[in-house]
Amino acid sequence: MDKRVVIIGGGVAGMQAALALKERGAEPVILEKEERLGGKLRDWHRLFPTFTPAAEVLEPLREGIARAGIEVRTGAEVECLSEGGAVLRGGECIEGGATVICSGFDVFDARIKEEYGYGIYDNVFTTVDVERMFNEGRVATAQGGVPQRIAFLHCVGSRDEKVGAHHCSKVCCITGVKQAIEMKEMFPSAEIYNFYMDIRMFGPGYEELYRRAQLEYNINFVRGRISEASQTIDGRVQIKAEDTLVGRPLKMTVDMLVLIVGMKGGSRNVAFAGSGGLTVADNGFMQPQDSFLGNVSSGRKGIFYAGTVTAPKNIGESLNEGVAVAARVASYLGL
Amino acid sequence: MPQFGFSISKPRAINLDTNDQVPAERLLQEVPELKTCIACGGCTATCTAGNLTDFNFRKMHTLVRRGEYREVYEQMDKCMLCGKCRLVCPRGINTRAVVIKIKRVLGDY
Ligand code: SF4
Ligand code: SF4
Ligand code: SF4
Repeated sequence: MDKRVVIIGGGVAGMQAALALKERGAEPVILEKEERLGGKLRDWHRLFPTFTPAAEVLEPLREGIARAGIEVRTGAEVECLSEGGAVLRGGECIEGGATVICSGFDVFDARIKEEYGYGIYDNVFTTVDVERMFNEGRVATAQGGVPQRIAFLHCVGSRDEKVGAHHCSKVCCITGVKQAIEMKEMFPSAEIYNFYMDIRMFGPGYEELYRRAQLEYNINFVRGRISEASQTIDGRVQIKAEDTLVGRPLKMTVDMLVLIVGMKGGSRNVAFAGSGGLTVADNGFMQPQDSFLGNVSSGRKGIFYAGTVTAPKNIGESLNEGVAVAARVASYLGL
Repeated sequence: MPQFGFSISKPRAINLDTNDQVPAERLLQEVPELKTCIACGGCTATCTAGNLTDFNFRKMHTLVRRGEYREVYEQMDKCMLCGKCRLVCPRGINTRAVVIKIKRVLGDY
């Protein structure tokens, strides 16, 4: 059987799958649409809950790929699936004995939630913007000032019928807690408020970090969804919510409003499903064969999944799926 | 004076731009672990006073932390300092101390 395995997407899941497949004697080829391997993690500064620099995960993976001599095609955007692989934009077909889809997720576009004024008001940001600012080493308001009051809003683009998303993006609560702590470290005198609907701390060390955010970093957690934001005359942001724990409306003015944006299914998923005979789940992510023994299988012969293409996952889970899919593909190929 | 049947309602919103946070900060200095409250309501559920009157201990200490002190001092008089709430708090908060310190920091209100 053909030992070549087509890996669509060179994020952490794709890189880990390629490394594990190579070890098992397969010949993986990674198709990455950007110019560099790394996926979404390239834009991230530090990782929850340990504040590990993203580079400490990315660099060993990239080095491993280079050392193993794994074929990488960058700038290779996959349009759809073919009989035994993928069709690139421009029409080139890359084929092998199996295909692993590791194309990840899309970040929710915060402009859709117009009531929060992202892209309209000066001082409304997203968690992605904040990571970029951390990477640049400078966080400031649009006016160039030091923020004295920062509000984070959880669940933007998740758990919201209004944007057609019933699902919870799972990793954003802990991201919000992590960024709140990082902000407090940068601006010790700033007041920080996290507005949440539920706090979902699913991973090891997450709840503990939440507790430290409360106790040691004095982050204020207010249960209530911000209903709207408006810009004040001096360019700050006034927000309104209900403090549901006391049953009263609440309002305040902040220097920065950070929208904790969720994960959506990848924009290519429909094309993959149409061309490969696969199923897109109701939440927009790809539907694996089942949630247990077939969680990296697609149900179609020779097509597999790893990482956030099938659901929101953290980095560790995506890395594990890279290994898991390699085992499944190897046995499929008889390696 | 004829009554026309209308009145002016006081704004109900908690305004964090104008509220005086000093007593709240003093309370949290005295009982720092209160910051870890997850609003589970265990304290309120077990509270004898809360089962017999409209006293809601969780709501009271949350209001104080938002800088809302009106009526809280009087409400706290309903507490009998029995300490049952402390036995159930999953965050290990010394809730009985919270009662006493609220009375102390709000003495001026
Ligand atoms: S993880 Fe938290 S912020 Fe993200 S969607 Fe779920 S509840 Fe909302
Ligand atoms: S100490 Fe006060 S608040 Fe706590 S259970 Fe007893 S009466 Fe209720
Ligand atoms: S029992 Fe403890 S954690 Fe729960 S609401 Fe009361 S003080 Fe907060």
